[in-house]
Amino acid sequence: MAAVSITSSAPPSYLYYRHTLPVRIMHWTNFIALTILFMSGLHIFNAHAALYWGDSSYSGRPPLLQITTRDGANGERIGVTNVFGREFETTGVLGLSKYPNGAPNRHAFPSWATIPGGYSLAMARDWHFFFAWVFVLNGVAYVLYSLFTRHLMRDLAPTGKELRGIGTSIVDHLKFKHPTGEAAKRYNVLQKLAYLSVIFVLLPLLILAGWAMSPWLNSIIPGWVDLLGGRQSARTIHFIVAWLLFLFLAVHVFEVIISGFWNHIRSMVTGRYRVKTGA
Amino acid sequence: MTPGQQAKRRFLLGASSLGALFLTGCDRLSDTEWFPKVLRTHETLSRGVHKLLGSRPSMAQEFAEADLSPFFRSNGTSMPEGDEYQALAKNGFADWQLEVGGLVEKPAKLTLAELRAMPRRTQITRHDCVEGWSAIGKWTGVPLSNVMALVRPQASARYVVFHCADAMSGGLTPEYYYESIDMDDAMHPQTLLAYGLNGKDLPIANGAPIRLRVERQLGYKHAKYVMRIQLVESFANIAGGKGGYWEDNGYQWYAGI
Repeated sequence: MAAVSITSSAPPSYLYYRHTLPVRIMHWTNFIALTILFMSGLHIFNAHAALYWGDSSYSGRPPLLQITTRDGANGERIGVTNVFGREFETTGVLGLSKYPNGAPNRHAFPSWATIPGGYSLAMARDWHFFFAWVFVLNGVAYVLYSLFTRHLMRDLAPTGKELRGIGTSIVDHLKFKHPTGEAAKRYNVLQKLAYLSVIFVLLPLLILAGWAMSPWLNSIIPGWVDLLGGRQSARTIHFIVAWLLFLFLAVHVFEVIISGFWNHIRSMVTGRYRVKTGA
Repeated sequence: MTPGQQAKRRFLLGASSLGALFLTGCDRLSDTEWFPKVLRTHETLSRGVHKLLGSRPSMAQEFAEADLSPFFRSNGTSMPEGDEYQALAKNGFADWQLEVGGLVEKPAKLTLAELRAMPRRTQITRHDCVEGWSAIGKWTGVPLSNVMALVRPQASARYVVFHCADAMSGGLTPEYYYESIDMDDAMHPQTLLAYGLNGKDLPIANGAPIRLRVERQLGYKHAKYVMRIQLVESFANIAGGKGGYWEDNGYQWYAGI
């Protein structure tokens, strides 16, 4: 038998089952719910586009943030955003923008950022509260699942060794250098800390601040809302945390793109992540 | 353009078209008959859970004089038009009478003086508007439960409806503001027919001669310019049938959230 020269039949990589089906379902449910919550939330904010600290909005102190429209120097309408008393012109995006048909939109956030696009506070509240239920139930299911299957302890909790190597991980991230080979099967330490702070700090705070805005829930334990600084503070916290989550999403998507977009997408859809061997 | 830039461009294009598709989809869903009904299930869920957590005795937070808002914002109607209301206002509401009827054993007509002579409660509470703002005011009035005791609700009465003087639309048959609450809220110790704000007579801008205070719910439930109270088994046959002016315009009847 003549020897047939075959360079190598061994694959240079293999598929690794990285995400279980429940995690994948809950990940995408969470993504859809949070996207709708964020955009319907911006719509609800438009009904009163100002943020305050304390119990009330009328305390004699100016708002911390206000997005509005006013007459500009030449008599034309301009959109302005006031942050801690400093005014920025934000025409086109905040305070004054255009509907898709070209008509002026004097609401704080533009129609392309809100659900629904056309102004309807009642409808935005229905979207928001329905998906708040979806989000909370999904979140409770995720936390229970992660505890019972040890997903939390096995995959998310950083080890002491990992924590000590945090400096290297930071430098690697800044150089856009990502783990390969066997190390790519696990989350890296910064990733773990980011996920843990979202799951156990930002999201619970977001929910708590949301509940603090409900007058009925306020009455369950009168005064509990003072823990967050009062109802208007809670509204401000809710707004800030929502934007922090948006920031997280931006970084998360950025990291996904630069460390193998389709590989990550496949692993979050089918569960299978391609691990390159010998790399 | 480098391959990296091309990939970035492709991703941004892809993401923005997906985003546009998503937005159009959401707006289409909002316009259907069925989808808003699915969304609205949150109201039943939240109300059910809230009722479990806090029934009649759960009290809204009360504040100190120092917390009072320098002025109490007037929202919605600040001066009802209409000759009848104007005539009542001109006379300091001396001729005004609150009619309490419907499913009660003993219908009554109460003047402002009679209401003022009844047991009163003063409370400093936070008013939360559905728009998102809050203001703190000191309200004085007669607890609605005292008025209920006077007229004795029939066993079939499930809701208390407040008919108001402010017309929300013009025309030959204007729509008047109205609201409704359930018997739990009606009997709650902080539910008042308020005639005083911050130690003075309730101003017209805030609902004179009386407005409802129903402290565990959002501002639009706190009907101003109340003229008539009606106890009913169902509000399906009143105006748009949803239990209130804003409810008829798409807002949630349960406004505890």
